[in-house]
Amino acid sequence: MAEIRVENLQKSFGDFAAVKDSNFLVENGEFFVLLGPSGCGKTTTLRMIAGLELPTSGRILLGGDDVTFKRAAERDIAFVFQLFALYPHMNVRKNIGFSLKCQGMAQAEINRRVQEAARILRIEHILNKSVSGLSGGDRQRVALGRAIVREPMCFLMDEPLGALDSEFRHLMCGELRGLHNRLKATTVYVTHDQVEAMSMADKIAVMNRGVIEQFGPPQEIYARPASMFVADFIGSPPMNFLHFHSGIQRGAGEAHLGDALIRMPVLHEDVAPRDLALGVRPEHIAFDDDSALRGSVYGSEYLGTTQIVTINTPFGQVKARTKSSGEVRPGDNVGLRFAADRLSLFDKQSGRAVRSALFEGVAHG
Amino acid sequence: MAEVRLEQVEKRFGEVTAVTGIDLTVHDGEFVALLGPTGAGKTTTLRLIAGLEKPDQGRISIGGRDATPLSPMERNVAFVFQQYSLYPHLSVYDNLAFPLRSPSRRVDEPTVRHMVERVAKLLRIEQKLQNRATRLSGGEMQRVAIGRALVRSPSIYLMDEPLSSLDAKLRSEMRLELKHIQHDLGATVLYVTHDQTEAMTMANRIGVLDHGRLVQIGSPREIYESPRNIYVATRLGMPSINLLPPAAFPAHPAPAGTKVIGARTEHVGIARANGGAHAKVEWIEHLGDQNHLHLAIGEHRLVTLVDPAVELSVGDAVDIALRQPLYFGADGERIRA
Repeated sequence: MAEIRVENLQKSFGDFAAVKDSNFLVENGEFFVLLGPSGCGKTTTLRMIAGLELPTSGRILLGGDDVTFKRAAERDIAFVFQLFALYPHMNVRKNIGFSLKCQGMAQAEINRRVQEAARILRIEHILNKSVSGLSGGDRQRVALGRAIVREPMCFLMDEPLGALDSEFRHLMCGELRGLHNRLKATTVYVTHDQVEAMSMADKIAVMNRGVIEQFGPPQEIYARPASMFVADFIGSPPMNFLHFHSGIQRGAGEAHLGDALIRMPVLHEDVAPRDLALGVRPEHIAFDDDSALRGSVYGSEYLGTTQIVTINTPFGQVKARTKSSGEVRPGDNVGLRFAADRLSLFDKQSGRAVRSALFEGVAHG
Repeated sequence: MAEVRLEQVEKRFGEVTAVTGIDLTVHDGEFVALLGPTGAGKTTTLRLIAGLEKPDQGRISIGGRDATPLSPMERNVAFVFQQYSLYPHLSVYDNLAFPLRSPSRRVDEPTVRHMVERVAKLLRIEQKLQNRATRLSGGEMQRVAIGRALVRSPSIYLMDEPLSSLDAKLRSEMRLELKHIQHDLGATVLYVTHDQTEAMTMANRIGVLDHGRLVQIGSPREIYESPRNIYVATRLGMPSINLLPPAAFPAHPAPAGTKVIGARTEHVGIARANGGAHAKVEWIEHLGDQNHLHLAIGEHRLVTLVDPAVELSVGDAVDIALRQPLYFGADGERIRA
């Protein structure tokens, strides 16, 4: 097992910069997720780590060795793709052991490793079955088995759950993370699904247009988004933005939205008058009849334990997550109160978060 | 709009019974969702109402009138499919106007214009009326497909997973929009889905289908809080309900005959233990707004929600107190405590 270090990595395809100056460290045994929309450069980054693409510039170190220009076969990694290309004419056991056989490994050792992989994946009972009759989940497990038997330094996974339906995908997330907890193998995982990233990752890098917008543990990215892009990409429903125009002094802990005075984390920088967005997560909104910030209920969506209430305010539409016990009706005029210490403030022009007490103890950006 | 009533409806395809013993009334102006996995009989039910299939037994009435002998045209239903098959060579306007210009309807052009514009405004696509149907985003195409159903005044809208081809974000926007439009129009809707969120958030009532049978029907809250059996209990709720044997909770009194205790997240109280605890934190899934806490009780697993502010770590011992969980017998049916 090994750490992966990426330094100043760039990749251009002609005029198009797919990856711009990426730097990150995946520590030994970490589950690391590259998250972003399609075309953000996440798969290109993964393919460079695998050795399937050569970077335009920059370095990749695997377990301390510079592997930037080594061939894929010389890197001790295992790649798991979205489309689990299994050999249809072989049974599960042969599929899993195939790469070892190609390496000329002794049959006894192959048997031992296949058995061990099957035990870890809990697919011992299907080892002698043909792969053609398997369910999507079992096919994915066999594909993982093929990676596991090689006992590589790290696993690279490109949307391995993308082909599964949503309910099953969440189940497989738990399984994959359980697998990681047992193997403790350094893993780089690419996905566009923020729920997958949040549920499995030790660390997430959120990518947008070839740039890593934020890097950190899931809770931190969720609670302290560095940009509007990240705030909007993470969360379901995503972070709400209340749009207003104002200038705010360093050291101030409040903002004026119309007649309402909204308390928020103390700012650590001056903000000259400009277009701003106050960012608030749905679960940090509560109803408060005494609040001067008013809105009209547009609709409510019952979800069992909680409900999502959509409210139109003069500063934009917001969605609140509240206990499902409180009933609201469309058209109701409601006052809104926010959890003051959890609010983000963004400069709308740059999209960047304004430095504030929210980020205390956290390296910014 | 009209009331649609199914009485003891059965449909077989050769050896396979697609639906059986279906009793269902969709009231005038009501939004009913049929929830179930693939093969539960959802789409067959819609097709029976539309007249695209003939029932082997039972009776279907629309607006109080026996519809069994009526052709699909005479039933005057509007069907919205998962795949929005728009006419690619026509503009959005002409796509919306198409059902009104059908030779069997003979609506004059000023009325067509009036109705198309009204629906386009409702669906917020009035800016796109002159666009070619193919030059639209997925969400806009789906709105046009829904709009094509809305320009008519059918007895009922039958919708077959109309949002399933959209991405997650758009789907959540469209859920709210669709519910709003239905409410504003007072439309009668029977909506088929395998997505519990769609059913819970939009429907006045949810009918849960299992292998062709309507197992339970009620408001989303009734179905969620008071499921008739284990199958229904597992259909709704995220994270899904925990099903454990009574032996996992020796201190909790369960009614006689209980074979399974169903514990939703709100039925599970967690307290940090000072020895004598019987559960251990295995894994905490940080989903941002909610943390899923994975607990081990001996060989059993339990998942519940905890507030992100609660400080627990992997390996911590915790006590679990059950608050009014659900009890199920050996046959999977609910035992009322």
